[in-house]
Amino acid sequence: MMNSTVIQGKLARILPNVQKPGRYTGGELNQTTKNWGEIKTRVALAFPDIYDLGMSNLGIAILYDLINKRADALAERVYAPWTDMEIALREAAIPLYTLESKRPLSDFDIIGFSLPYETLYTNTLNMLDLGGIPLFGSERTEKDPLIIAGGHATYNAEPMHAFIDAFVIGEGEDVITEIIEVHQRWKKNGGSRKVLLEDLSKLWGVYVPSLYEAHYNTDGTFAHMNKLAPQAPLPIIKRIVPKLPPATTDMIVPFIDTVHNRIPIEIMRGCTRGCRFCHAGMVTRPVRERSVDEVLEAIETALKKTGFEEVGLLSLSSSDYSHVLELVNAVSERFSDRHLAISLPSLRIETFSVELMDALKDARRGGFTLAPEAATERMREIINKPVSTEQLLITAREIYQREWTTIKLYFMIGHPSETLEDVQAIADLCKAVLAEGHKAIGKRAKVHAGVSTFVPKPHTPFQWVPCDTKEQILAKQALLKRELRGPGLKLNWNKPESTLLEAWLSRGDRRMSEVIYSAWRNGAKFDAWDDQFSYEAWMAAFDEVGLNHAFYTHRQRPLDEVFPWEHLDATLRKKFLTEDYLWSLRGQTRIDCREQCFACGILPTFKELRRENPGDVWQCPEVKKRSVHVKKTPDVVPLEGMP
Amino acid sequence: MRVRIKFAKTETMRFTSHLDLHRTLERTFRRTQLPMQYSKGFNPRPRINLAAALPLGCTSQAELVDVWLTEEIQVKTLKSRLIQFQPPGIEFQDIEVIPTDAAKLQRSIQSAEYTVESDNIDAGLQKDVDRILSTKHIERERRGKVYDLRPLIHAIEITQATTGEKLIKMRLSAMEGATGRPDEVLNELGVPLSNARIERTLLILSEAN
Repeated sequence: MMNSTVIQGKLARILPNVQKPGRYTGGELNQTTKNWGEIKTRVALAFPDIYDLGMSNLGIAILYDLINKRADALAERVYAPWTDMEIALREAAIPLYTLESKRPLSDFDIIGFSLPYETLYTNTLNMLDLGGIPLFGSERTEKDPLIIAGGHATYNAEPMHAFIDAFVIGEGEDVITEIIEVHQRWKKNGGSRKVLLEDLSKLWGVYVPSLYEAHYNTDGTFAHMNKLAPQAPLPIIKRIVPKLPPATTDMIVPFIDTVHNRIPIEIMRGCTRGCRFCHAGMVTRPVRERSVDEVLEAIETALKKTGFEEVGLLSLSSSDYSHVLELVNAVSERFSDRHLAISLPSLRIETFSVELMDALKDARRGGFTLAPEAATERMREIINKPVSTEQLLITAREIYQREWTTIKLYFMIGHPSETLEDVQAIADLCKAVLAEGHKAIGKRAKVHAGVSTFVPKPHTPFQWVPCDTKEQILAKQALLKRELRGPGLKLNWNKPESTLLEAWLSRGDRRMSEVIYSAWRNGAKFDAWDDQFSYEAWMAAFDEVGLNHAFYTHRQRPLDEVFPWEHLDATLRKKFLTEDYLWSLRGQTRIDCREQCFACGILPTFKELRRENPGDVWQCPEVKKRSVHVKKTPDVVPLEGMP
Repeated sequence: MRVRIKFAKTETMRFTSHLDLHRTLERTFRRTQLPMQYSKGFNPRPRINLAAALPLGCTSQAELVDVWLTEEIQVKTLKSRLIQFQPPGIEFQDIEVIPTDAAKLQRSIQSAEYTVESDNIDAGLQKDVDRILSTKHIERERRGKVYDLRPLIHAIEITQATTGEKLIKMRLSAMEGATGRPDEVLNELGVPLSNARIERTLLILSEAN
């Protein structure tokens, strides 16, 4: 058994020879260390990519803070070692360790992986392997740590079901405490691993995959999920916090540069806009806000504790925060002499957004980001992001006139029913925006177009639609590359293979776990990195397992298909999603759901919680009595020729 | 008001680069809420000026940073405030008030002294030291550039710590554009870097300052 002293001794020899050794040392300001022997539950929080990225993960920062506030528990951090460090660790036979105590992962009671996106899966396997922990849940014994995972990707947990003992579906702030307490009881009383897992499955929001069995139809589609334990819940309802807890303010200050090296303050969770492609907008409902005072106090405390020079006011749609103008004015006034840069991402396409940014006195005037997502009004109606081209151009004009030189425009190709004309429109729109810039500030004006490829995500109204094929994507990208060149124009795009990877991983069923395992054995890791991602390793894995990736990525699903993620209940009724999908086919949009409730399913599921948390805390309609008042939505008659 | 602060960069921050150390210090000063002078321009930053970059992996007992304040503050107050907010890996030691028009710190630095601990300091090493000191030129290549290490070496000696452990001490040039690196010297001596602990012990400023 390797202890922390041995690990530290060996590390001293290898660290001088790896890139950015500061990733592997820990010891930063606000790191928490506790006396190991006095602590009942030791949790390792793992982010399956490098330190530089993982340090910006807000979920881990929140859980780290919450767990360490408990006297009987501790949380430490671990990130994926970059490839050079992995080689060095394996050569020196050093197991993967946490930054705080330098203890191997196998010493911990619980390892919690953050899985915000799917391209982290092979790294998760690699970290378990480096930590000396059996990869498959079925091979772990009472001596091995409990492996849990949460994050947006786990709303379809099935592709990772074989490797994770328990998933948290939804928000982790409250349930982490319950998980720790269940674990403590189990440790005290003894019992098999199965006893622990069954106890965990009783917690709201916890999904223990080994207590269920998947069944498939003869055509390979998913049929249904069977319970293997009588008390296991079906469906598994996502966990939410009724009210956002106080914002985390004692974040760790890294010694080395990281992505988003700043104070992140979440001002609002959820989104009322209902963009049909947006997984986050669907699964993070209901909308809950923090008050302006709470945000101001959080910034004040965090500044004192960290000294960061930038704060990010985060949400899915900042313009929709109820008191956004008040917040912006208050922040700029209160912190005006503190030389603090404030970023307010995710603004809507309207001139009000420009006024907001102006009020923040963002002196840098770098890029101003707008995300029209599609370039024709037809397309924007289909995806339910209705904004007129005229409004976009007016906003662009305003931005350039106020001395921003660069506008970043985010689009997606591959939306349902998209044609090459719709793609051509992206290029035309970028040029039209640039023309506005030329009028306002001349040749200094720039447009940076970021064009990603749409992946239909589970639990969204587009979950039925196929993802573009590689050929379709390449044709669309070729058009854009041809059109978007010349002075002032810049284009970024994603490799089609990376999009397909994301597609099959996010839409996969339990059988996908064999593909992930095979791909990892073929050397797949750091799939989110273009220079590391190996499409070949994955294709070989599909061959070895005998599955066809096109079945997952390119198949139009009939309306009555049962999805392998349906038992994981994001509390969006299938009726709502189906109806919204059918509306999209007619180009029919939905308005902001604060103006009219479309009965997505949140309120019926959580009416008690809403009643206990009245007023502005939620943006859903209030629930006064024992019934829910929602406006009836129009009946939808499926169109002819519908799938 | 301009002050020159001496601080140690210890084990915890051994692998923090010069640029990242700069940012760490800026954040430290921001936490103290002392009346710092800020740079002008789009991205105002506390006006601080570090002496000489320390190679990654080295610790130091003798780093220097100049700091500009907008108000006069008692050195005692300054020191206690700095110590209160120092991050792990930085230990503030002495503060000296200097004239605001004193020469730039980087320009004043002449040389730096280093102490090296290693398992590979044996009787034979003295011969290598003598060989180096008796040659006129030591041509080396670093990052694709050929340069002469020898004139950058002012002194090397093998001594004994009070614990009896053998140490290598060296004084190297640390002038702008003519900086000797201790790892390069060790390499020339044939001492492996993987178990060497290099610490900067002194920064020597020019008389004029």
